[in-house]
Amino acid sequence: MFQPRAALSRRRLLAAAAALGLAPAPPALGEAPLRTRARIVIIGAGAAGLAAASRLAQRLDGAEITLIDRRREHLYQPGLTLVAAGLKDAGYVTSATRDHVASRVMLIEQAAAEIDPVGRSVTTEAGGRVSYDYLVVATGLQLDYAAIEGMDVARIGRDGLGSVYAGAEQAAATWRAMSDFADRGGTALFLRPATEMKCAGAPLKYAFLTDDVLRRRGTRGRAELVYNAHNRALFSVPIVAEKLRMLYADRGIRVNHDHVLRAIDPGRRIATFRTPQGDQELGYDFINVVPPMRAPAVVRNSPLAWRSGPFAADGWAEVDRFTLRHARFPEVFCVGDVAGVPKGKTAASVKWQVPVAVDHLVATIQGRESPARYNGYTSCPMITRIGRAMLVEFDYDDNLVPSFPGVIAPLEELWITWIIKEIGLKPTYLAMLRGRA
Amino acid sequence: MKDLEIWTLVAVFQEMLGWAVWPIAAFCVLAPLGLAIVLLHDRGIVAGRMLRAELLGLLGGVVAVTAMFAVTSSSPADLGGPIDWLLAIVIFAAGGIGTAIGGYVAMGLLAAPRAPAPAHIDVGRAGRAALGQGEATLP
Ligand SMILES: Cc1cc2nc3c(=O)[nH]c(=O)nc-3n(C[C@H](O)[C@H](O)[C@H](O)COP(=O)(O)OP(=O)(O)OC[C@H]3O[C@@H](n4cnc5c(N)ncnc54)[C@H](O)[C@@H]3O)c2cc1C
Repeated sequence: MFQPRAALSRRRLLAAAAALGLAPAPPALGEAPLRTRARIVIIGAGAAGLAAASRLAQRLDGAEITLIDRRREHLYQPGLTLVAAGLKDAGYVTSATRDHVASRVMLIEQAAAEIDPVGRSVTTEAGGRVSYDYLVVATGLQLDYAAIEGMDVARIGRDGLGSVYAGAEQAAATWRAMSDFADRGGTALFLRPATEMKCAGAPLKYAFLTDDVLRRRGTRGRAELVYNAHNRALFSVPIVAEKLRMLYADRGIRVNHDHVLRAIDPGRRIATFRTPQGDQELGYDFINVVPPMRAPAVVRNSPLAWRSGPFAADGWAEVDRFTLRHARFPEVFCVGDVAGVPKGKTAASVKWQVPVAVDHLVATIQGRESPARYNGYTSCPMITRIGRAMLVEFDYDDNLVPSFPGVIAPLEELWITWIIKEIGLKPTYLAMLRGRA
Repeated sequence: MKDLEIWTLVAVFQEMLGWAVWPIAAFCVLAPLGLAIVLLHDRGIVAGRMLRAELLGLLGGVVAVTAMFAVTSSSPADLGGPIDWLLAIVIFAAGGIGTAIGGYVAMGLLAAPRAPAPAHIDVGRAGRAALGQGEATLP
């Protein structure tokens, strides 16, 4: 008699876990650690690097695990949007990298300057050489502000110049600029780069949030909001793009297609967009600049980068999209934003990718095959106003893969989804860094 | 694998609540235990106390929902679909039941030393008991 109820509650728990981005992962915990003397180097102590270090430390006994990253301040990037909406202060997204490093993992506080996958070594900026048997590349991506002519990151927060992506302080400064704009009204410009990017929903969310703040202040009638899409669609997943088109129409957010920011004049408040008809200048009172994104130079200029195809120009790492194993160097795995795969540049993707890559790495040490696969799972709680969001989750094939089918509708603006984003995401992220989620 | 997902959830709640996770867990274990002890001691439900606990529970439910809105910078106007209403009801119920049980146990424990075995009375007099005119036990 108790069996069905127990099974049901377990299913509910699983569903709840999945909704928080805890979707199924291959076995990791619970089994006895594997004894090995393998030397494993991880480049980058961000979301993916820290999670990989924790998982490897759990699964391996005696391995020499070394993390390389100069950055001492860890950035919980999904929180930047909340900072830039005035809902959290900058401290919400920052913590000490060291506090997340698993014991038995060595941290070298330097940047990696060169990767030699043939000689199996990494050279640090100080010139030290670290040899490895297995390498995990988790460098994230590089925000290429310099590619926008006239852009000056130091001016963020002044003259209506915002950029949520630039960092914690810059997100807080963006909030001040947006808030000033919301008091006065005028024209606000939103945009995204034509490159691959992390959390492709973030620029869209920020337009929704600005609209909401204007409405709350009673100044929406005095403002025009314009979103500049880089191509013909608002989002890469067609069904989501269509829903967003309807919501933008509902909110009165105008959309320009095929507009890519090329230059900006912060003093005169003019943004120049590349369009099929030639350059177009648009004046603004507020702008949220989202820069082009590419692989960090250490990967872009290494033999690990794609050499042809759509991911070659920006130097993304050439990995198998299902295992994250490098196509030409089987002892190398590239996880997180740096991976040259069609989707997956979110922390929620990292949560899936890391256990898969780690399982393949451990399986290789053991001399077995791992069945673990990453299906492109990408998740982005699309905030549509303060208090509501849509839980958009999809895979490589543009399928929606809702964690709560029939319970939390992916394309509905819901409070529960907002709750997940507001209070569920950060604890899940932190648990992921510890290898516990 | 079976237990792993549960430990994942525990890990997430630990990160979410910090040190508060242990007092909350302790409350979840101790409150029903306390309720059992009080019920056994009184050999039934004390109606007046129950009513006061329920009123307290109502307040607890309202506080829980209000706190959720406050913590998440949202408002009742943000409830967008049936699942949102369900969530709000679940939060209300959790806050309400928790406070009611806690309140009942606390009142029971406070009353325990001075009240020997309370008199058994019929349901009709429960109302008077609620007005504070003595405690009534429902058989
Ligand atoms: C505004 C914004 C909103 C977002 N919203 C969401 C969201 O709602 N949901 C979601 O799931 N995701 C979201 N994301 C995306 C998510 O934060 C990233 O996908 C995730 O952090 C990727 O993890 P990563 O480890 O690959 O990169 P990162 O976390 O960026 O870490 C990369 C690390 O590598 C280090 N590094 C770089 N170069 C070197 C080098 N040469 N040597 C050594 N170390 C190096 C860096 O210092 C850094 O510590 C958002 C991102 C932004 C910016």
